[in-house]
Amino acid sequence: MVMAPLAAGREASLRALLDTMNRAPGMADPDNAVLPFGAFARLHFARFVLLDDPTLVDIEAYGLQPPKTPLYFVFMGDCDGPATPLLADMAQRGAAGLRSLFAHCEGFDTSGDLLAWMLAHDAPVAANYVNWVGRSVLQIREESALQRALSARVVRTPLASGAEVQATRRALMTFVEQEKQAGRLTLTAPERTPLGWRVASLVNLVAVPLVGLIVLPVLIVLLPWFIYLLRTRETSDPEICPRPQTEALQALQELEDHEVSNQYTAIGTLKPGLFRRSLLSVLLVLVDYACRHVFTRGHLARVQTIHFARWVFLDGKRRVVFASNYDGGHQAYMDDFINKVGWGLNLLFSNGIGWPRTRWLILGGARIEQRFKRYQRRHQLPTQVWYKAYPGLALVDLKRNQRIREGLERAQMSDAQALAWLRLL
Amino acid sequence: MKAQVQTHAVDRDDIQGLLRSGYGHHTEACFLLLRIKDREAARAWLLAAPVTSAAVSERPSGTDASAAAESLPETVLQVALSSEGLRALELADDIIEGFAAEFVSGMGGDANQTRRLGDVGASAPERWRWGTGPRVPHVLVLLYALPGHLDAWRHTIEHQCVAGFDSLACLETANAIDFEPFGFRDGISQPKLDWDRRHPARDQDQLTYSNLSCLGEFVLGYPDEYGDYTDRPLLDAGGDAQAALPRAEDAPDKADLGRNGSYLVLRQLQQDVQGFWKFLDSAAGGDPDQRERLAAAMVGRSLQGVPLVKSGDETDARDAATSKPDLNAFTYQADPQGLRCPRGAHIRRANPRNADLPAGTRGIVSRLIRTLGFDAEALQRDLVASTRFHRLLRRGRKYGAASLAESLAGPPGAEAGIHFICLGANLARQFEFVQNAWMTGTKFDGLTAESDPLLGPRLPAPDGTRTDGYSIPQSGGPDRCVAGLPQFVTVVGGAYFFLPGIRALRYLATAR
Repeated sequence: MVMAPLAAGREASLRALLDTMNRAPGMADPDNAVLPFGAFARLHFARFVLLDDPTLVDIEAYGLQPPKTPLYFVFMGDCDGPATPLLADMAQRGAAGLRSLFAHCEGFDTSGDLLAWMLAHDAPVAANYVNWVGRSVLQIREESALQRALSARVVRTPLASGAEVQATRRALMTFVEQEKQAGRLTLTAPERTPLGWRVASLVNLVAVPLVGLIVLPVLIVLLPWFIYLLRTRETSDPEICPRPQTEALQALQELEDHEVSNQYTAIGTLKPGLFRRSLLSVLLVLVDYACRHVFTRGHLARVQTIHFARWVFLDGKRRVVFASNYDGGHQAYMDDFINKVGWGLNLLFSNGIGWPRTRWLILGGARIEQRFKRYQRRHQLPTQVWYKAYPGLALVDLKRNQRIREGLERAQMSDAQALAWLRLL
Repeated sequence: MKAQVQTHAVDRDDIQGLLRSGYGHHTEACFLLLRIKDREAARAWLLAAPVTSAAVSERPSGTDASAAAESLPETVLQVALSSEGLRALELADDIIEGFAAEFVSGMGGDANQTRRLGDVGASAPERWRWGTGPRVPHVLVLLYALPGHLDAWRHTIEHQCVAGFDSLACLETANAIDFEPFGFRDGISQPKLDWDRRHPARDQDQLTYSNLSCLGEFVLGYPDEYGDYTDRPLLDAGGDAQAALPRAEDAPDKADLGRNGSYLVLRQLQQDVQGFWKFLDSAAGGDPDQRERLAAAMVGRSLQGVPLVKSGDETDARDAATSKPDLNAFTYQADPQGLRCPRGAHIRRANPRNADLPAGTRGIVSRLIRTLGFDAEALQRDLVASTRFHRLLRRGRKYGAASLAESLAGPPGAEAGIHFICLGANLARQFEFVQNAWMTGTKFDGLTAESDPLLGPRLPAPDGTRTDGYSIPQSGGPDRCVAGLPQFVTVVGGAYFFLPGIRALRYLATAR
């Protein structure tokens, strides 16, 4: 996430420039003249957002003055592989456009090294979620083409016997081979996971529990104290969940439902004090760990509609930005949050100022539906420019297409497996 | 905190009868769409309007008691107001802002809402007959009558309303209610409201599907399925000096303008009956049995209302009161792939009948595994949101020909359709959600690219993908696909209303 404060007086001009990148409100044109997202083959999602936080004043509920923070301009992208090569590629092929955008930021040297500047302004991600680790843009597009070809080809009459099922499957396999030879379909073999990545992942897999094990005795000793601190805060922290302003709500809704997927960006201030700051820091380490090693295959707990999500600390861990890309409408997304992972939301977001009252860190909170829905809308920011590399495709499609491909590449299948595979088409 | 809320008995005298009954015996009905032209006269009429309360129509819809028809009122009147109507009555803006945002902005006036609801193309509000600009109704008057009494009743009310209102339209209805215009039995599935408040209203996962809803899902001022009170305008005591309004249960020092009221969604849905059957006929190659089976596959019930997921079952549940087969006692749990009832069938989209958590073995370990999403099979069945938060209480009436035969025999282009009405306490979570995620959603329950076979707007997705197909799973091979469905249903008008409690109605007629 590249983040830099906006220079004074440059906001309007930046907003106007960002708007030129869109073909519908908030929906980036993949070939736009400023930064043609579509040209970067490893990029899944990307967004430009102005972090214009309307909730800074909420801290007054604790008798504190709202901090003077600059208006940040942010670029976020979700890509295959590490971020630096992508940024390098963008700095090269999208140099003019990126310079014109970042020229609106404080201290940007138009003639300086663009990549070095972006890397210097790369804010570390505290926790990152990927729906299916290792599924590349290329794979998604190729498998979608495969699904379309097979779905148009398959004869949709019931098959009488296992032999007929197998014959149908073999015929489709031959068809795909022909299409591949004719250059109409490509199924690129997955790239090998770089050794460095695997080693880093393994180290993380072991190191986090190891550290946990070491500090466990301390935690056990501190547990009563922790519970005391938590419960006194939970019962007295103010709730700040007024209705969002009508205009603000409409500005958000204008950017939604142009596609089967939508974007979400939100910002908030942590409750003051070391307790919440350290609690959230630890929890985000654990969430990041879970996303890295546990929830890597199509679901974040029960939620199966999130493509990518991330949490980023700002201003010395005083504020947090959350961003996600999800399938379906906003209302459905929020209902999923409440009904499927309300406990998880509470765990993290209840450390933010104004969150609906929780009990024991996971109960209540987001389950107080009306307050939660007002809260999240009030903290949401309009995403000025949003890009998705595979419009029209939802995660249910990606998963099904992946299974079609896997089934195609399996040499042998039982009759029942072959039938189940045909029924995916 | 919630445990201390003092619960009061439900004051049925204060609730408009429509919440409790669809007035099935009152087969004659018409709906007046009015604009206020003289505020004082309008107020005077609203203050005295002969509204029928839920105490009179003691018979909940669905119970078939043919006896005691003589104890029914001959005529019934219900009143609802749009947000523009409230403004025309000069209700203070800050009170109006206390209503749901969707109600305040209205149905056809906001492009974002229009996109969400799928009111695009032929159904776009620009083409509506009523519901936009100067044709947004202020007041909706619903008139019902026992056979033979409607004309006189309508005449009486229209006469009373002349001084205060301009008539925008009178939506007439067919004098038949059991079958909708395409020919299917209608109104079978309805949520049952917990009128006696026996069901504990607290936030707790429900592991089985139930048709019983907390009162607060449909009546404002009561706890909903989350155990919460839905947002509605609460007034300081000063705003209700005469103490005309009930107090809020969750804030006893406030007057509750919402209590005993509900939101009412009205949409005029024009149905292309001849087009529907012509399409099916050609898709079925002219075979009448095949045609009817295909129609049933699209709806999820036979024309007579038998749910496909149950057809052929020997052990049909029977309705205790009537010993007729209970057409509403089923779920899709045993049919996850849609082999009996396609996953995209109309009634399956409108009411997926699932619980909060996909079914699994008993025990805390299994539950934890499902909660964390590690049960692959449970995940596969977890694509649809929990049904109990998205129920609609339907009160629509059809218009045009009284029967399908009449429609098919009639002149081409003769109009038929439904004045769709549904009630609910939460427009966003109920009507709008169902319309957006379940009816027009092209990825419902993991489907590829199709919307509701009856209601779908059929416009291609922004990336050009067609959404006008319908897939029918079959056990012996890939899904059968019916391609090129035309648009069968067009929205030609619509608005959101507030159906106030009766004391609230009188308050609105006097507040200034």
